[in-house]
Amino acid sequence: MFAINKYYYGDIPDGGGNTSNAQFSAENEWPLWEVFIRHKQGLDHKHVGSLHAADANMAIENARDVYTRRMEGVSIWVVESKNIHASQPEDAGSFYDPAQDKIYRHPTFYDLPDEVKHM
Amino acid sequence: MPATKNTTPLIKWLFYMADSNLILSQRNSEWCGHGPVLEQDIALTNMALDQLGQARAYYQYIAHLLNQDVQSPEQYTNEDELAFLRDNRAFHNLLLCELPNGDWAQTIAKLFFFSHYQYQLLNMLTQHEDDTIRAIAIKSLKEVTYHVRWSSEWVIRLGDGTEESKTRMNNAIHYLLPYLSELFNPADYELSLKAYDIESLKEKYIAAIEDVLEKAELPIPVSFHINLIQQKGGKQGLHTEHIGFILAEMQYMQRTYPNMEW
Repeated sequence: MFAINKYYYGDIPDGGGNTSNAQFSAENEWPLWEVFIRHKQGLDHKHVGSLHAADANMAIENARDVYTRRMEGVSIWVVESKNIHASQPEDAGSFYDPAQDKIYRHPTFYDLPDEVKHM
Repeated sequence: MPATKNTTPLIKWLFYMADSNLILSQRNSEWCGHGPVLEQDIALTNMALDQLGQARAYYQYIAHLLNQDVQSPEQYTNEDELAFLRDNRAFHNLLLCELPNGDWAQTIAKLFFFSHYQYQLLNMLTQHEDDTIRAIAIKSLKEVTYHVRWSSEWVIRLGDGTEESKTRMNNAIHYLLPYLSELFNPADYELSLKAYDIESLKEKYIAAIEDVLEKAELPIPVSFHINLIQQKGGKQGLHTEHIGFILAEMQYMQRTYPNMEW
């Protein structure tokens, strides 16, 4: 036995029962990928955003269609988001604060000759 | 109305190329905002814009050729008039291009069959003696190479996917097969132009299509089916019932507000 439900726009059925809302669940979504674009030869790849794709090929093509429509790139990298490991916000104190009082690590204690450019 | 009667084989053939691109572009743009996921929505819209751009290049060339024979300035035509003010019998597009989008598989299959044809044809046209045609071919070929790649990968993904996706892909291909023979049944203007060898075009096309279908686990003998049922007429301006609806929507603004611009 099954019931036919009629949904209207904006009605997202909540869980329970044998409803077909599996199609809305994250499990059935394509994996998320992070996209990195090199804007010019010689520059490095920069993170530009993320997108969904079924595989790496599709991710590169999607990135091409979504992020390089206005001549933004000459090379694309994609990485599945789950493969990126990030530092935790709660570690910020122990990670970054200790550097604050170690100003001697900045190369600001040298007098640069005027002849030296691009420093 | 632009003067499109008594035109040369070259102009008729340019209309064939322009109209096929314009009509499929219009069809593909129907997906705008309705794609299965955002990324694919953008991909298909991008390709619709590629096709629109290619259509423009041909229409601009047609307008240039037609204007050479014009006596007074009022008779000058332009790309917009050619796209928006001709009636369905003047359109020379392939029937394949005007067929309904159906589901995602059918949309993919249409682009798959059309872009592979364009790819082989444009490759030949990069050697064409006419500078403008050669330039259009070289530019378009880059875009079409991507259309071929994108649509072929989707054919493989759906054909070699789930039972549901395989059924849909298979149905879509069989729905479109009768319209493929038209690609290679030359119209009178194609015969008199002799711009490309249609037999060699057909051979390369079928080989490329069958190669992808095999990878998609859909071993369909296209070389057999292509001669089985032969839908034709588009190249001569005889269309399916769908063209009227497409033109009604596409030409509405220009016909309701003549000479309007963006």
